[in-house]
Amino acid sequence: MSDTQEILAPFPGIFYRRTDPGSDPLVELGQEIAVGDVIALVEVMKMFHEVQSTIAGTVVEFCVEDGDAIAMGQALAKIATKL
Amino acid sequence: MITVIQPGLYTTVQDRGRFGFYGVGFPPSGSMDQYSSAVANILVGNNPDAAVLETTFLGPTLEFEQDANVALTGASVDMTLDGISIPLWTSVSVKKGQVLAFGGAIAGVRNYLAIRGGINVKPMMGSRSTYVASHLGGYEGRVLKPGDRLEILQDSEPKEVRVGCEIPEDLRVTPRAHQEIRIVSGLCHYLLDPQSQELLVSKPFTISTEANRTGYRLKGDQLSFVERRQPFGAGSDPSNVVNLGYPVGSLQAPSGLELICLMRDAVTGGGYATLATVISVDLDILSQMKFPETVSFESVSLETALQLRSDRGQRLRNIAELVNSIA
Repeated sequence: MSDTQEILAPFPGIFYRRTDPGSDPLVELGQEIAVGDVIALVEVMKMFHEVQSTIAGTVVEFCVEDGDAIAMGQALAKIATKL
Repeated sequence: MITVIQPGLYTTVQDRGRFGFYGVGFPPSGSMDQYSSAVANILVGNNPDAAVLETTFLGPTLEFEQDANVALTGASVDMTLDGISIPLWTSVSVKKGQVLAFGGAIAGVRNYLAIRGGINVKPMMGSRSTYVASHLGGYEGRVLKPGDRLEILQDSEPKEVRVGCEIPEDLRVTPRAHQEIRIVSGLCHYLLDPQSQELLVSKPFTISTEANRTGYRLKGDQLSFVERRQPFGAGSDPSNVVNLGYPVGSLQAPSGLELICLMRDAVTGGGYATLATVISVDLDILSQMKFPETVSFESVSLETALQLRSDRGQRLRNIAELVNSIA
């Protein structure tokens, strides 16, 4: 059994899955993550901020594309948690 | 003393602003939402020049090493004291050892935390406001970091304010996803062609993700300028003019592609056409807006803008009377 929860954008900005354009994504689909793991970066006010997961589980979906503008509170990723 | 455990996203010390140096290139800095900042000071009995903390999206976690009275105004946010929710727009008592923690902003952008006595950083050119671009004023001229220690000024003539005193709902800031923002015509407004003059006050503009204390970029329909031979000294783009002074709140449109509204940390002059100026009371409103919220501009006269500014002053005096009357 599993339940799906969303990681929400803590502030508006530009969403990035990589620390720089040439590197691998911070987190891949299907990857197991723990609370506090960095899943993405958000560029806001010319600074990059890490988005840490508030949920432990498996990444089942990214709800936004790399480089998209995101609103505060928008769902960024869906995490399947074990019940 | 107050210890900064987590600084939040972009937290600075601000007061009303640094005035008198605009002509030599210093913008005023100071609280972006002047109304919310002033109300926070009133709620703890501070004078209007006291320095407060301004937060952006996500505020700090602070440990108090002394008893204090505080008040938080501005954006809608969850704030806790030792894990227990406390109300905004209300005078709150904090005991030595307690931890004040902000959640993320729910609506709006900026919060103002006033502490009775005010934050004691060294005034620079007559103000405690932080101007980050010049590393000047505030706490070491920068945003707060973990481990910073903020000193509270000893109040010489404290005004008594009853703990729990709260600001009525209708006098609080209510952030909305769309706002009417009033403007007065700019010195170079005539350089917009007639269609674009109409477009500026009829079409909505969206706040972009590039919006900070220096400027707000807004996306909307493209604006075009009248055809003319660029005068000597002006840049080659139709949006260029011979250098002039920029008012705070100035709206410009480099190449007509997007609007930029200059905020309180912006450059004080340059070579872009100043199309209009957001009136001072509506800069408070714009300061609480973020991507992808929208604005519509409404043109008003200078007399109206000044009247609205005077009304805000009167509203603050009424609030001060109200707070003092229930002390």
